[in-house]
Amino acid sequence: MELLDLSRFCMRLGDSCLIMAHRQSEMCSKGPFLEEDIAQTNLGLDLLGQAEALLIYAAELEGKGRTADDLVYKRPERGFYNFMLAEQPNTDFAFAVVRQYIMTLYLSRVYETLAKVDDETLSGIAAKAVKEIAYHQRHLGMWIKRLGEGTEESHERIQTAINELWMFVGELYEEDELDLKMQEAGYAISGEAMKAYLMANISSHLTEVTLSVPKSVYMTTGSKKGIHTEYLGYILAEMQYLQRAYPDAKW
Amino acid sequence: MSQAQEKELICQYLSEISDPEIPVINIVEMGMVRGVLFRESKLEILLSPTYSGCPAMDMIDHLVKEKLQSKGYDSVEITLVYKPAWTTDWMSDETKEKLRAYGIAPPVGKATSKKGLLNEDPVFCPQCGSKNTEIESMFGSTACKALYLCKDCLEPFDYFKCI
Ligand SMILES: [Zn+2]
Repeated sequence: MELLDLSRFCMRLGDSCLIMAHRQSEMCSKGPFLEEDIAQTNLGLDLLGQAEALLIYAAELEGKGRTADDLVYKRPERGFYNFMLAEQPNTDFAFAVVRQYIMTLYLSRVYETLAKVDDETLSGIAAKAVKEIAYHQRHLGMWIKRLGEGTEESHERIQTAINELWMFVGELYEEDELDLKMQEAGYAISGEAMKAYLMANISSHLTEVTLSVPKSVYMTTGSKKGIHTEYLGYILAEMQYLQRAYPDAKW
Repeated sequence: MSQAQEKELICQYLSEISDPEIPVINIVEMGMVRGVLFRESKLEILLSPTYSGCPAMDMIDHLVKEKLQSKGYDSVEITLVYKPAWTTDWMSDETKEKLRAYGIAPPVGKATSKKGLLNEDPVFCPQCGSKNTEIESMFGSTACKALYLCKDCLEPFDYFKCI
């Protein structure tokens, strides 16, 4: 395994966790009720911790003298490799729930695989994260059910969120050269296996709670090359503001 | 003083540092101190974060350095170790009892079992001991705790989840 490949792999995963953590932090004070407000921001906190550990490791493996903070605050939009799904905004509470629910299914599978690799750091990070994600999965699954089987309005709003976010799911099982290398080394499952796992879980869960899986076949692509939807730029503008206004400012 | 004795002394100093979020438990009892290593001119302390996003980690890092510097160790380095991943399974019964007395229901069961992880076993109220309790939210005052309500004494309380 080339260190640089492993670094890029950790960066992709770390970026998705980081951007989701930022989106979840935006939920602070916007939850539908106090307990849920706390829960939503705690989901973000777990993801931020995972992002930190992954990006510290990515920076170390890269060996260019960059720190995790450099990666977070000094890369431009095209230098981020998070999935487009991760950056989608909290248009409605249902959007936040659907985004996190799908990403959580994905992460649980990714971490399960990584927990078994022959790499002390990465398998340690994954073994811890897999347990945290199990709680996310349960919590978000509860919301899918609650909104799906709730009122006519909650049903309609969550179905809208599923329909609108659906085109970003394809990236989760898309493969490029790096993915194939990681699969060969046992660090990732095949795109086909990931697709089958996601589709089986999502469709059985959605139909169980009266929701439906969209039929649309168009799926976006590009985040593995640093191509994003318009939303990432706005996230970075806010997230990187301080470091750009006051370079290398320390607390 | 032999190195083993010195190590023991250092652990004793570290046990004077309480977890910033749970003041009745110290970081040694918490199982966060994974090693004390003597490196040429410096002292290296291995710490295991309790959960990935624990906001108390920076604070703990700072407290450990401050404590050891006050004992004459000028050069202290802290290394975070992720493997084996910290788990609530490492808490002793004595530590769990301290949590309960403080008002936090200790983890029930083992994190290694799916049942324990998703807390399907009854959680006892730390105030009145009743098992007639109900989960209010999977995430409480911190990500590692869930919020429960006792249906007998009506007190809400934190439950330290198995992790
Ligand atoms: Zn009670």
